[in-house]
Amino acid sequence: MEIVNYFKAQSVEEAYKKLIENPSNLIIGGGAWLRLSSKIVETAIDLEHVGLNKIVETDSSIEFDASVTLRELEKTEALKKLFGGIVNKGVNGIMGVALRNLATVGGSIFGKYSFSDFITPLLAMNTEVELYKAGRMKLEDFLKFKSKEKDILLKLIVQKEEGLGYYYKMKKTGLDFAVINVAVSLSNSKFKIVVGARPSLAAYALKAMEFINNQKQITKEIIEETVSIAVNELKFGTNSKASKEYRIELAKVYIRRGLNEVTNNEN
Amino acid sequence: MKINVLVNGQKKIYDVLPDEYLLDTLRADHLYSIKRGCDNSSCGVCTVLFDGKPVQSCSMLSMKADGHSITTIEGHQDEAKRLSEHFGHQGADQCGYCNSSLALTVHAMKTEIEKPTEEDIKEYLVGNLCRCTGYEAQHRAIKLCLEEEDEK
Repeated sequence: MEIVNYFKAQSVEEAYKKLIENPSNLIIGGGAWLRLSSKIVETAIDLEHVGLNKIVETDSSIEFDASVTLRELEKTEALKKLFGGIVNKGVNGIMGVALRNLATVGGSIFGKYSFSDFITPLLAMNTEVELYKAGRMKLEDFLKFKSKEKDILLKLIVQKEEGLGYYYKMKKTGLDFAVINVAVSLSNSKFKIVVGARPSLAAYALKAMEFINNQKQITKEIIEETVSIAVNELKFGTNSKASKEYRIELAKVYIRRGLNEVTNNEN
Repeated sequence: MKINVLVNGQKKIYDVLPDEYLLDTLRADHLYSIKRGCDNSSCGVCTVLFDGKPVQSCSMLSMKADGHSITTIEGHQDEAKRLSEHFGHQGADQCGYCNSSLALTVHAMKTEIEKPTEEDIKEYLVGNLCRCTGYEAQHRAIKLCLEEEDEK
């Protein structure tokens, strides 16, 4: 990434004004993935001094400001207790501690990275984001949200919902991006199935979720049918990491394992 | 653009470009313990301590260091010497390219985790790649160094 100017905003309002001044102005998160981009940025806007670096825990939720680092997030004890700590597990597998001390919550979500090991487990839980202009919305809605207006992600809100969770990242080497990642959760007798790095951005297997959530009893056959619906409804693709066919086979295995794990843990 | 950085306890003013990375700024200041490896946040040889926490300087814009403290192995000589002796005794050293980043990461781990277990050590150092040793000897050396410090 080529950056012409650098601006340290003192407030969110000031950052937003600068952001809309020029189409090629951009908010810089932790900057951890800047090298992956070949963009030319007129002004990079740094949010360090705008005060978006708090973790606030209430009775019903945990709120992570945009500038909280992934390392700070993964060390949050309250988050480890939710859905078997699947978010911590996902984040813990992202490169090393030194990178996670740089990467921020805001940058990792706003970038909507298809390889994300953070978004997939978050989707399996009850999570929302708050944007400066568009306000608060479900994470799944944000991922599909396309606005002509530029915006700034202010915080991630994780609801303290009781539930069981499963997360698995299939990778070829220790520090590699995911070939595929799968999260499954069970809360209030409702399953969520999320598959990411297909290689496109994480998505729900909605038809499979509808099917399994309408069953009175979860049997081996029901799980097999759910797996089959999920891999047929989701789009898989080929890239340098794996073929479409290989990803489908992997997805079958990990969705099945996830469903078995959360079902067995409930009984 | 001018930035003020406390490097190994010394006040420094650097003139940097908006898209300059900290690795380049520090090496231009003759801090050659910080190595350039993959240049894409994968190998960890460029690790420095940013306000005491390990970060990869190849992926951190120099502008982000403005008003903060940076520590390189030049700022931790005594501790590095103790660890390097254990490295020598355990055969954990070949080319030495990753040693300074490893020593800084071990220092950060000790600050962050009280009495790290073997699992903690492995997990904390996962981002520090070494292409010579196979890690076993390094882990032995780190464990012995930590045990020795505990005894003192």
